Amino acid sequence: MIEQIYEKVFNFERINKDEGRRLLKEGDFLTLGKLANRVRFKKHPERIVTFILDTNINYTNICYVGCSFCAFYRKQGEPDAFTLSVSELKEKIMEAQRMGITTALIQGGLNPELPYGYYLDMVRELKKSSVHVHAFSPPEIDLMSKISRKTVDEVFKDLKEAGLTTMPGGGAEILSERVRKKISPKKISTDRWLEIMEKAHKHGIKTTATMMFGHIEKEEDIIEHLDRVRSVQDKTGGFTAFIAWDFKRENNELGKTVKNGITGIDYLKIVAIARIYLDNFDNIQASWASQGKDIGELALHFGANDMGSMLIEENVMKEAGFRAEASVDEIASLIKKAGFTPALRTTDYKVIKYF
Amino acid sequence: MDKLAAIREKVESSEPLDFEDAKYILQSNELLQIGEIARSLKIKKSGKKVYFVFNKHINYTNLCVSKCKFCAFYRNGDEPDAYTMEPEQIVQELSKMPEGIREVHIVGGLHPTKPFSYYIEMLKAIKTNFPNVNIKAFTAVEIDYFSKISGLGYKEVLIELKKAGLDSMPGGGAEVFSDRVRKKLYPNKIGQEKWLEIHAIAHTLGIPTNATLLFGHIESDEEIISHLFKLRELQEKYPGFLCFIPLSFHPENTPFEGKIEKVDAVRELKVLALSRLILDNFPHIKAYWVMLSPKVGQIGLHFGADDIDGTIGEERVTHAAGAKSPLGLAKESIINLIKNAGFVPVERDALYNEIEVFN
Repeated sequence: MIEQIYEKVFNFERINKDEGRRLLKEGDFLTLGKLANRVRFKKHPERIVTFILDTNINYTNICYVGCSFCAFYRKQGEPDAFTLSVSELKEKIMEAQRMGITTALIQGGLNPELPYGYYLDMVRELKKSSVHVHAFSPPEIDLMSKISRKTVDEVFKDLKEAGLTTMPGGGAEILSERVRKKISPKKISTDRWLEIMEKAHKHGIKTTATMMFGHIEKEEDIIEHLDRVRSVQDKTGGFTAFIAWDFKRENNELGKTVKNGITGIDYLKIVAIARIYLDNFDNIQASWASQGKDIGELALHFGANDMGSMLIEENVMKEAGFRAEASVDEIASLIKKAGFTPALRTTDYKVIKYF
Repeated sequence: MDKLAAIREKVESSEPLDFEDAKYILQSNELLQIGEIARSLKIKKSGKKVYFVFNKHINYTNLCVSKCKFCAFYRNGDEPDAYTMEPEQIVQELSKMPEGIREVHIVGGLHPTKPFSYYIEMLKAIKTNFPNVNIKAFTAVEIDYFSKISGLGYKEVLIELKKAGLDSMPGGGAEVFSDRVRKKLYPNKIGQEKWLEIHAIAHTLGIPTNATLLFGHIESDEEIISHLFKLRELQEKYPGFLCFIPLSFHPENTPFEGKIEKVDAVRELKVLALSRLILDNFPHIKAYWVMLSPKVGQIGLHFGADDIDGTIGEERVTHAAGAKSPLGLAKESIINLIKNAGFVPVERDALYNEIEVFN
């Protein structure tokens, strides 16, 4: 009975994969939201919603894996292919810093031509400024390990020495091999993604975890994804937050085969299920940047306690035909309208100021 | 017992809510609980059904003597995009309609020079050419204006229009029943007494109507609530309202652009739920997705709405430009939206007769 699962969640008991799947398939929309909120308020009793001011910089769009859902990647030699030098990258970040950002989220395509030293220089150089460097997803770490012929542990040791303290959780897509083989066959496997995250956490590098849904995955795959990251979190406690965003259909191969985009209800259910299932995660983000302000606001009533980032520069979703504009004041005002107190935070979820 | 539990109990035992309950709902942070209570009343009334309709909108003129401050649509007459459609043009426009249209929705500006006979001829021409289409036409504001230009009373105006083919009336022009807001935003528009009087007369003549509320500008919670109670009272005395549609104000292209932020989704859903709860004598509440956005409109189905309209402007424009089956597509996407929310889509006609249930 679904009511028994509701009751378990109500009593803050952990649910298993079967129960998670049933909640996602059969759970009532408002009941899921209410349960997720209950979990959220147990973890964060105060009505505070945080957000971060950061810039999202992509150092290259050259990528050899060419995932079918990606509108951003280019092949070497294409007219709009680019790679930023470390000084160009630094210049962009300094510019964003003048606009008030505290963190630079840095990710790039998998460009095998870039030498290992490029990544280390990048972190070292940026570390000289006061901007927090939040860089590299597991596929990039895997590439660094390949080109340097070093183990992942050695790569992390080097990056940490250079100054890296946190990592974004990209490249996870759906952590289910059935799905990955179809949408991103050349990208690292589920096991490898999780292995790299576990190692990052062991080196004291905190990370987030993400999920990109709304394409060919089934409920089973989503629960599989949540279950895998929950297991790693049990071991390491190194994930700071979970962020789900929906697949954008424009300008990519996979989009041609996906008939309907996800609805607001689909998105809010995923936020709620993530909050319920990931009982060992502190923070769940509402991705207003991918869902728009309305759904971003409503997600705060479905278990999310963080509005994510302001994204001064964002290229990947923009290439896929999507751009949500919002200023700090607008986001703060939206959080207030939803009935919460807005607070600007750092990458490690420390509050800088309340509004 | 906390206030919300008391409200829930009242709703369960079909006891009407009072002004204080309504104020509490609008100020509460318990968004999902409010939705649940409103949804329980919706389910009592229409089960899991959610209605949609295919209608064609005709805006016969954008000339208007009223010049309301919040309106981005009106023109004075000498602008290049000022227009007025003659009855023949309207018939021609309607003949491009796809099969299966059940209703024509006709509203327009208050035209400075057209005589009352223009409106009578318009209805006659439509009825003659499309006898099976329900003509839902003219807001109370237009009826009041027709009375002025014809010298007839409201009742006579409505009798003449009904004879010419008027089947039902839309609910526009109500804005917010507040003289304070009216003086600031639409001083030339009829006041609440006239709006309510015209709808009461329409109901006694057997003309069903809708009602609206325009919110998200300068109105207070109290003004929204008293608007709803006035509608409830009218429906009690002169039943005839089919549906209530809360409309959120869009400040773009009005003098309020940049001064007023568009109302947020939490507020939209609270007002929708409150409408369902206060207007317990209205058969239907519409989450008008053209106004709310499809995303929020769909979520509105869990906040007490049992109707999602169905007009899709873009698809109609594409159809006029020769696209193959936009209506079919539009229908499919509406059906998907309703099913995805967990409800049963029902295509209806203008009077809420069921045409097809999509199980």
